[in-house]
Amino acid sequence: MEMTALDAITNGRTADPDHRPWPRFSVDEGTWTKAAVALHDGECCLLGYWGERDRVNLALGTPNLSAICVLSLENVDRVFPSLAAAFPPAARLERTIREMNGLLAAGAPDSRPWLNHGRWPQAQGSSAPPARDSHEKYIFLPVEGESLHQIPVGPVHAGIIEPGHFRFTANGETVVRLEERLGYVHKGIEGLMAGAPLAQAARLAGRVSGDSTVAYALAFARAVEAATETVVPERAHWLRALMAELERIANHLGDIGAICNDAAFAIMLAHCGILRERVLRAAATTFGHRLMMDRILPGGVSCDLNGDGRAAIEALVALIRRKFPELVELYDNTTSLQDRTVATGILRPALAQRFACGGVIGRASGRVVDARRHPGYPPYDQLAFDVPSLIEGDVNARVWIRIREVEQSLALIEQILSRLPEGAIATDVGAVAGAAHAEGLSLVEGFRGDILVWVRLRADGTVDRCHPRDPSWFQWPLLEAAIEGNIVADFPLCNKSFNCSYSGHDL
Amino acid sequence: MRKTLFRSIIQAPVTEAPPPADEAALAELAASVDAAALRRLGRSLAIREVDAGSCNGCELEIHAINNAFYDLERFGIRFVASPRHADVLLVTGPVTWNMREGLERTYAATPAPKWVVAVGDCGFDGGIFAGSYAVAGGVSAVVPVDLHIRGCPPTPTQLLRGLLALLNAAGHDR
Repeated sequence: MEMTALDAITNGRTADPDHRPWPRFSVDEGTWTKAAVALHDGECCLLGYWGERDRVNLALGTPNLSAICVLSLENVDRVFPSLAAAFPPAARLERTIREMNGLLAAGAPDSRPWLNHGRWPQAQGSSAPPARDSHEKYIFLPVEGESLHQIPVGPVHAGIIEPGHFRFTANGETVVRLEERLGYVHKGIEGLMAGAPLAQAARLAGRVSGDSTVAYALAFARAVEAATETVVPERAHWLRALMAELERIANHLGDIGAICNDAAFAIMLAHCGILRERVLRAAATTFGHRLMMDRILPGGVSCDLNGDGRAAIEALVALIRRKFPELVELYDNTTSLQDRTVATGILRPALAQRFACGGVIGRASGRVVDARRHPGYPPYDQLAFDVPSLIEGDVNARVWIRIREVEQSLALIEQILSRLPEGAIATDVGAVAGAAHAEGLSLVEGFRGDILVWVRLRADGTVDRCHPRDPSWFQWPLLEAAIEGNIVADFPLCNKSFNCSYSGHDL
Repeated sequence: MRKTLFRSIIQAPVTEAPPPADEAALAELAASVDAAALRRLGRSLAIREVDAGSCNGCELEIHAINNAFYDLERFGIRFVASPRHADVLLVTGPVTWNMREGLERTYAATPAPKWVVAVGDCGFDGGIFAGSYAVAGGVSAVVPVDLHIRGCPPTPTQLLRGLLALLNAAGHDR
């Protein structure tokens, strides 16, 4: 086998036997620093970075995700070497590790708090992270220059969207810097998962970001199944993919409409809204829930596809195949709309690559990565689909990637319906074999990009620690870059074309 | 563009008949509805949505009541961009400690008479997130709530029935 950048970092070390399916290595600070250099040099990409009481974990992948591994720096006594010092995409994650686990990244470029706003009460014996002084003022980055003014926006926004704070510094109409402040919807999900039985943890996973409930439930289930070496029935894999593609279509339709609406072209929102509603109704008919919450569980799925469901989805696919091309034509032929979307909010390919930015945003900026392809998971290895990509990186490119992905998902659904295997839809989750614990990792392609879930199960089958990492972690910082030099009035358009998750990021 | 618009003229709209107002909601509202205040509102409600910590599932379905099938605006109910323009705060989520002040200040910025509708199982009592160090509780733990619309998330029909109950209470008292 070819030697990868990851092999060069781990250099013949023995992997932990209880971590599946990709290896986890306990490493020393020397190897940790080697990883920082490899990240800095772009030889590997950052997939996840999370802390525990006395341990820091780092999930790395080769640039196309064909190989993945986890590095663990163990027995950390309060301080460990910063990766962000050499590799800025790690900065917000190190701020989070500091406030959640009390572990300080020495040499980190930014030591401000991130999710902790100094408002969490300290109950005795609670699982709450260390408190901060609530009167400590959050310092935004300094800006200097003539004629600059600041516009603070949020956390409560004008639309029906999630809360977050945006601090714009503008010169006239032009944005010279955007600084985000997030964490407003931090719900302590990792804390709630610790010690939870599998069923409860699965419900929590499905509510990390409601719009990606299928993808999160799938990622959690796959991590648990990896840890316990559970073999899921073939039909369950296919039904999971059916739900995942329905979720992707529903969200992309909503986003395409909403982006056009933010360019004051409401007719696209109205028509895309109708198609989106049809998707959710077909999902309700087929799986009993419009968003398909709690339908994917560790071991399989909780409901089967019957005749009515099949008919509903076939009718849905036929309808979208008929109606969607007209909307695409409308988008393509409306110059006043293109005037807003073309060359607006450009994300440079080099930045998308550096941040391992997944999903539509990455693929619109030339980063052709899709977790369904690499590392891949069933049944996508048996299905034909393209991974559309563009290089322009503007709002228009992000719209087109969504359009092409809707078409790909329709084709996937047709293949799934025509070749759906018979058989059981669930199996029992295996026991945590022999060991005191078992660890599993999964990577699943949600509509936003790759969702990582890492889980450690206790011998009694409950969750000891779970870390879900939303694709937005590596997309939010890029919005700050994409908006630079654009006019303030184009921010809603840029923001909607990114459509990052607040809840998924804030956890 | 013209084709799409022309077709809209000759096709029947997809908008569906309104569902009946929710009985339980009417009962819950009976206690909080002030006849004089509602007379002033007439059959019109301006809603300001506040996400106080939701997973964003409720937001998806709140968006849906604006689509052509449910068409909330035909009832005189519309979403507004500022609490200063609002009669109703539609609040989702368990209220996180990090959003508590944001919700309190939005409530304070809403002119009286005002109503608060808590959406979702999390808005009711914190739902699945209750008990977390980061969660203050349901919406009523922070601001007074006049109506709860439960569900995870509530369907657009459930949302519509609850909001129609609020509007009907106004019409009834008039």
